[in-house]
Amino acid sequence: MMGRTIFIDPGRCIGCQACVSACRECDSHRGKSMIHLDYPDEGHSVASLPTVCMHCEDPVAPCAEVCPADAILVTADGVVQQADTTRCIGCANCVNACPFGVPKIDLQAKLQMKCNLCYDRTAYGLAPMCATVCPTGALFYGTLDELRAERPGVQVADSFTFGTTTVSTGVAMVVPADKVQWPVPGGLPVVEINGVDVR
Amino acid sequence: MTQQQAGQHPLPLDPSIAPPGTRNFRDAGGIPADRWHADQNGETLVPTHCCFCGVQCGMYLRVDKGGKVFGVEPRNHDINRMRLCPKGINAYQQVNHPDRLTSPLMRSNRDEPFREASWEEALDFTVAEIRRIQGEYGNDAFGLLGGASLYTEKTYLVGKFARVALKSRHVDYNGRLCMVSAAGANKLSFGIDRAGNPFSDILLTDCLLIAGSNVGECFPVMTQYLWGARDRGATLIVVDPRETAIARTADLHVALKPGTDSAFFNAVLHVIVAEGLTDETYLAAHTTGWDEVKRTVEAYPPSRSALICGVPEEQIVQTARMFAGAGKAMAWHARGVEHHSQGVENCLTIINLCAATGNIGKPGAGYGTITGQGNGQGGREHGQKSDLLPGGRSITNPEHRRQICEIWGIEESELPPAGTSMMEMVWQMQREEIRGLIGICNNPFVSLPNYATVKNGYDTLQFHAQFDFFLSETAANAHVVFPVTVWAEDEGVMANAEARVVKHNKAQEPPAGVRTDTWVICELAKRLGAGDKFAFPDSRSVFEELRIASAGTVNDYYGITYERLEETGGIAWPCPSTDHPGTPRLFEDGRTYHPDGLIHMQVVEWHPPMDPYSEEYPLSLTTGRTVAHFLSGNQTRRLGALVEQTPRPWVEVHPSHGFRNGDPVRVVTRRGSEVFPALVTEAIRPDTVFVPYHWPVPTAANALTIDALDPRSKIPEYKVCAARIEAAERIDEVPEAPTAPGHVAYPETQVSRTDPLPPTAPQGRGTAERS
Repeated sequence: MMGRTIFIDPGRCIGCQACVSACRECDSHRGKSMIHLDYPDEGHSVASLPTVCMHCEDPVAPCAEVCPADAILVTADGVVQQADTTRCIGCANCVNACPFGVPKIDLQAKLQMKCNLCYDRTAYGLAPMCATVCPTGALFYGTLDELRAERPGVQVADSFTFGTTTVSTGVAMVVPADKVQWPVPGGLPVVEINGVDVR
Repeated sequence: MTQQQAGQHPLPLDPSIAPPGTRNFRDAGGIPADRWHADQNGETLVPTHCCFCGVQCGMYLRVDKGGKVFGVEPRNHDINRMRLCPKGINAYQQVNHPDRLTSPLMRSNRDEPFREASWEEALDFTVAEIRRIQGEYGNDAFGLLGGASLYTEKTYLVGKFARVALKSRHVDYNGRLCMVSAAGANKLSFGIDRAGNPFSDILLTDCLLIAGSNVGECFPVMTQYLWGARDRGATLIVVDPRETAIARTADLHVALKPGTDSAFFNAVLHVIVAEGLTDETYLAAHTTGWDEVKRTVEAYPPSRSALICGVPEEQIVQTARMFAGAGKAMAWHARGVEHHSQGVENCLTIINLCAATGNIGKPGAGYGTITGQGNGQGGREHGQKSDLLPGGRSITNPEHRRQICEIWGIEESELPPAGTSMMEMVWQMQREEIRGLIGICNNPFVSLPNYATVKNGYDTLQFHAQFDFFLSETAANAHVVFPVTVWAEDEGVMANAEARVVKHNKAQEPPAGVRTDTWVICELAKRLGAGDKFAFPDSRSVFEELRIASAGTVNDYYGITYERLEETGGIAWPCPSTDHPGTPRLFEDGRTYHPDGLIHMQVVEWHPPMDPYSEEYPLSLTTGRTVAHFLSGNQTRRLGALVEQTPRPWVEVHPSHGFRNGDPVRVVTRRGSEVFPALVTEAIRPDTVFVPYHWPVPTAANALTIDALDPRSKIPEYKVCAARIEAAERIDEVPEAPTAPGHVAYPETQVSRTDPLPPTAPQGRGTAERS
């Protein structure tokens, strides 16, 4: 986990999409929102959940690892940048590699775009747009100590398992205090690859 | 806008280039075309507030070197501390929107298309029609309907214009559809019409009761206060027929049947009395009428109310224990309890609950109503309401009339008597008692109940003029439309839900051809021969008169000045002198604004809603807002990002009805029927269906609602009417927004043709299209 990072608390999300609109306003991807807003329990609950880039630390940014053009760079402070437009070839390897489904690809323009933690703002000490406007604090930007000061007893997780792979991230999730699992199950187990049962 | 050759695809990073032949924000990235052409190096930030709801979040508007608003920046204002909701973030897009009206529109009858006219011509024609109608049928045959999104200065002018220039009793405003029930209850109980506590008190409370308010969608930024309280260990009780986003995580969610609020709160009070949880010391010292209230609630044991409300008895008992057992408790409510034929009574039962437990006028303990419109509070304080004069004075009180006539320089005999409410005015239009009307920044074709009646009333008018900055559905039916400024093109004050007066600043000059509402009203007054009483060059001059007009009243603005507002970030009235800090929390000295200083507790008996259930109409239809849109949608249904977020209305139904998501479902009431896509969810009661109301016919919830009124506050009963649902063939489409001559409608509404499910309604799919 980075020092100052985003903490996502799905329990507080009201699905208002202020983050989605705020992300559009940001100068780094001009009118396109990089936030995914999902309804994990449709029909049963109004629960919603924003997904920003998790800025993976270990293994270091799967999206960057698989990029054939070295277009995705990771800065010294752990922020995984969006694809450098002069290098990106729009191959979508990063989209396939990301366990959280974050990057977006514009097939017509052959360009990838994704959340870069509002680098134009965070570099100047401002919070990212989404966490700045989030009415409930479902997206919180700061240090873990700052979060704990505001929300006593809060539990967070920054590693997730996908099958046999564990991914540690720079962005952390708030998890229910009475159900702390470490690491958090981050996806369904892999059952088959290309028709071959791999269980 | 750059033109391209057909067949070429726009680059994703340049949303200023729209696809050939379209003006579609969705394809252009959801942001105005010139958004990225602004020279940001020389930008300035203008501090102001959002134009939408009653929270009144602070924001900065980004203005480029050319003086054009091109963006928004969060502002660390005391109210919202940088937070914004999607409406606030996208609000700036109205300012330089291509659909802005920039010339007066005119026609002599409704069958003709509009033509552009000069200001002189439009004003002269309007005044000639006013003179003709008043000459033929009397002064009261011409009415005026204002709005609560106007700055307080303008609402003061609307009231003054009606009574001094038009000399008509018929003036009212669309806040009549918003929170007049709460206003009536507050006045009866406390002798003052505003929330008792500031938002910041929520952070100090131990138990928060929220009744009839979908805070997460209608007032999103208020949720930070809810969580601030909960992080301290406060409990949250939500009373709402739907499991809204805040109800989902609440400590207790009471999903009562619409229209049964007073039965529920009476039963809660019954339990509080039965279990000895009342604060008898407080009641003896500060209230009157408690004995009668106590006797009344004896008839509401949980066993009876549980049947009326359709909730487990246990929840009534739990509510009582949580609320009365907490050290400090607060109750906040909104339209869910107020939009009823017993709206005032519902609010009174909540006030009784606070008074009986001694939760009034202390830090973290009190009572509040959340205003829906930005100036829902300020909009009714200074004479825009049919029965009120500036400073909250009563138009029927001879002393109050004398005071105002002295300030306005007119004879007391010239001041018209009280008028009627907005819905009653529509009925009077139908009966041809009102034959001419000016509407200022309101859209009754979408926002009033029982659309058929409203349309009929307006169609019967001999003359109808509207002020607006987009051609609303109502303006599209008018004879004259005056293009006026948006909020960022003028300065003025608004009072938010805490009665905190905040100042909005001017961020850019209005487009050529556009005038401020103040200018138009004063020009009309001049032509009607009252120019000497309307010599107001700007908002500031109006505010100076308003200060004097409110001095010494309960709604005292005298100590509030523009300079003080700019320094402090907002002052809560009453504020009697320029060195007075304002009154964020009322009743701290234990006295109300009644002469005896006591809380006048009122007896309330529950009665069923006005639209009876039957075999044919077994369900309750309730209506409300969705987060991306605002009221009649005239401001939000043209902003790409918000249209993309919620392109169309839907009907929320429980799975027990056997529909699947997206099925066309016909909602039938005694007023009509419309077909919406189903949103199947367990988050609503099986006996209730919900439709959001921001769209015009044939997708208007208000084509189905009943125009029954609360006898005291005259608020319509939007929140409950009898309905049935049935399977249908085709979903009704959202019509394209009306446009001025020479404008092409955005094809944004095509969303609904290709995408019947609301992508962002509570259980909709996620918004982002995964690649």
